[in-house]
Amino acid sequence: MLNSFWNWWVVIISVGSILACWWLLHWTKGVSDESNEKSGTGHVWDEDIRELNTPLPRWWLYLFNITIVFAFVYLAIFPGLGNFKGFLGWTQIEQYDAEMASATAAQESVYARFRDMDPSALMADQEAREIGGRLFGNNCAMCHGSDGRGAKGFPNLADNDWQWGGSYEQIMFTLQHGRIAAMPPFAAVVGEEGVPEVVAYVQTLSGQKADAELAAAGKARFQMICMACHGMDGTGNQALGAPNLTDDIWLYGSDPSDIEYAIRNGRNGKMPVFGNTLSEDHRRLLAAYVMGLSDS
Amino acid sequence: MTYNDKVVRQFVVMTVIWGIVGMLVGVIIAAQLWLPVLNFDIPWLTYSRLRPLHTNAVIFAFGGSALIGTSFYVVQRTCHVRLFAGGLASFVFWGWQLVILAAAISLPLGWTQGKEYAELEWPIDILITVVWVAYAVVFFGTIIKRRVSHIYVANWFYAAFIITIALLHIVNNLSLPVTMTKSYEIYTGSVDAMVQWWYGHNAVGFFLTAGFLAMMYYFVPKQAEGPVYSYRLSIVHFWALIAIYMWAGPHHLHYTALPDWVQSLGMVFSLILLAPSWGGMINGVMTLSGHWHKLRTDPVLKFMIVALSFYGMSTFEGPMMSIKTVNALSHYTDWTIGHVHSGALGWVAMMTIGSLYSLMPRLMGNKVMYSVKAVDAHFWIATIGIVLYIASMWIAGVMQGLMWRAFNDDGTLTYTFIETIAATKPYYAIRLLGGLLFLAGMFIMAWNTLKTLGAGKAPEFKAAEPAIWGEHA
Repeated sequence: MLNSFWNWWVVIISVGSILACWWLLHWTKGVSDESNEKSGTGHVWDEDIRELNTPLPRWWLYLFNITIVFAFVYLAIFPGLGNFKGFLGWTQIEQYDAEMASATAAQESVYARFRDMDPSALMADQEAREIGGRLFGNNCAMCHGSDGRGAKGFPNLADNDWQWGGSYEQIMFTLQHGRIAAMPPFAAVVGEEGVPEVVAYVQTLSGQKADAELAAAGKARFQMICMACHGMDGTGNQALGAPNLTDDIWLYGSDPSDIEYAIRNGRNGKMPVFGNTLSEDHRRLLAAYVMGLSDS
Repeated sequence: MTYNDKVVRQFVVMTVIWGIVGMLVGVIIAAQLWLPVLNFDIPWLTYSRLRPLHTNAVIFAFGGSALIGTSFYVVQRTCHVRLFAGGLASFVFWGWQLVILAAAISLPLGWTQGKEYAELEWPIDILITVVWVAYAVVFFGTIIKRRVSHIYVANWFYAAFIITIALLHIVNNLSLPVTMTKSYEIYTGSVDAMVQWWYGHNAVGFFLTAGFLAMMYYFVPKQAEGPVYSYRLSIVHFWALIAIYMWAGPHHLHYTALPDWVQSLGMVFSLILLAPSWGGMINGVMTLSGHWHKLRTDPVLKFMIVALSFYGMSTFEGPMMSIKTVNALSHYTDWTIGHVHSGALGWVAMMTIGSLYSLMPRLMGNKVMYSVKAVDAHFWIATIGIVLYIASMWIAGVMQGLMWRAFNDDGTLTYTFIETIAATKPYYAIRLLGGLLFLAGMFIMAWNTLKTLGAGKAPEFKAAEPAIWGEHA
């Protein structure tokens, strides 16, 4: 809401500017002088540049006047002149709310029948899977890929390996609240000579070949430091989103340089919150669809 | 007394060179949109850094050099007097080239304010301000010492362009420096957005419209050898244009956090802008009336009439796109890109090229360019390029708008974003072809420029006699 000064500032300058256009047209019609219309103004620049003084084209005057009339009509109907709401009382927020309400009403008939279904029934239902697939394409595919197979830093949802848990309830929680995974940087903790040792040990966890002596030294460090999140045996902890390091499934790559980067600099994973943008009806079908991705 | 044409020749040559550079970068990013691997994973070759380089190079390097160069020519010829402060004029040339060089280095390095068309960081902004003030001193100094009583209409438009760009540049770039390469805007939230688009749209209005209308008002009657159609129309559309353009910015922010009333005013004034914009087109086209037969033999006039046609089309399309319901479809799509290029290639570039083809032989005391056939070839290649560019972006834009808004009963979008990208890909290829053609035409122009200006020593021209007229009716 503008205060009284700024309200009148806007109204007066807006209306004044439009009226000034009208006045300009009126005034230049008035200075018409038949004598120089065709002969010109008599000015000559740069030896041969002259000007005629042809009257304003009729159709152009009409066009200009029509836009001026339109402006006043529009500003009477719609908000524009400061705090004046316009006779229609239209606002973009109300337009948004009305369109969302009618869309929600239209969706009611689509989603009503899914509400009594349990997750396994949803997974078996053809229409539920199709809607879930479209929701996935609209909201999830940009990170997890159209097929849900993920990318570096974005978990593969089709492989039955779950960073935060693959039960229906866990997936629903992930969708509603999002997830934040934080692997801290450890270069300062394990020291310069410690980094290659831990890298070697992590490699052996999933069966990669690595220097045995380094790996043995790394094991001691791992079981003192890394075990806090990844567990004594390196199988991870879904409550913290700490990946299982023994299954040869790699979120950030299996190359020793990728592992070293993670140990030195840490890693940050962020699954956004969808609780505000997708209704529970949507999230239920989405969760069932995601479960179906690794089930097939 | 003679005219100072050296600085004009310098700007003319740099206009052609920066045109090639700016359009080449445009072609590269058009190719990247078609085949993203063409950034070769090199940070300074990525779209995000080259796109601002393209816009800055074509608007401020190509367009800016053309505007400053022609204004120095026109203001002398129509004031019948030598340019004021020749040394300062040289400073304007070298200073402006330094700005462009700084942009060409800093933008690929990723130094940016993040404001569209105002990306350059604060030290460069200060340099621009200094050069611009010097430019204003030279231009208005020449106007003041003119030896004719009446100021020619082209100079009104150049004057409005110079004053307004100074105002826009300073207000929009007010920021708090943190380091030499980083600063923060003093505005926040929707005020920042509003200031940015007040600047952005008036850059179109005063740099790309008023400035090039000034060029049109001198070179069209000069080349057609006929009188300007209507002095009275000049007055009406000049004052209406500069008064109304100032208001149009909010149409870039429809359906955003900007208050409803600001959006409405932006739309209403954009619609009123239609007639004042067309006033310039009418004056240009009707100046050619009675000389239509010259289009058969003079390809320079062809550039001008096509430029005026695209000007009329773009200034019709713009008000239409500012209508809220149309904008809801067109905004964020490639339709906007098509609209901008019908103005930038069709109007700005074609008028610049036509004017330079008219100006260059005059600088050498000749009537025509070294090769008139090459001018004609350039005309057809450029025109076909523009048509391919705009038509493909129109189709792509309307298609994207319709695909984005289609949704199913279950509330999901009918098309995922990647599907709309895949559907657009063929049009990106056509756009690339259009851009390549336009760029090819610029190489023809560069050759012709070299042959014309390099043919010998440019003569000195004696200033026209003073002229004092009585008050006209």
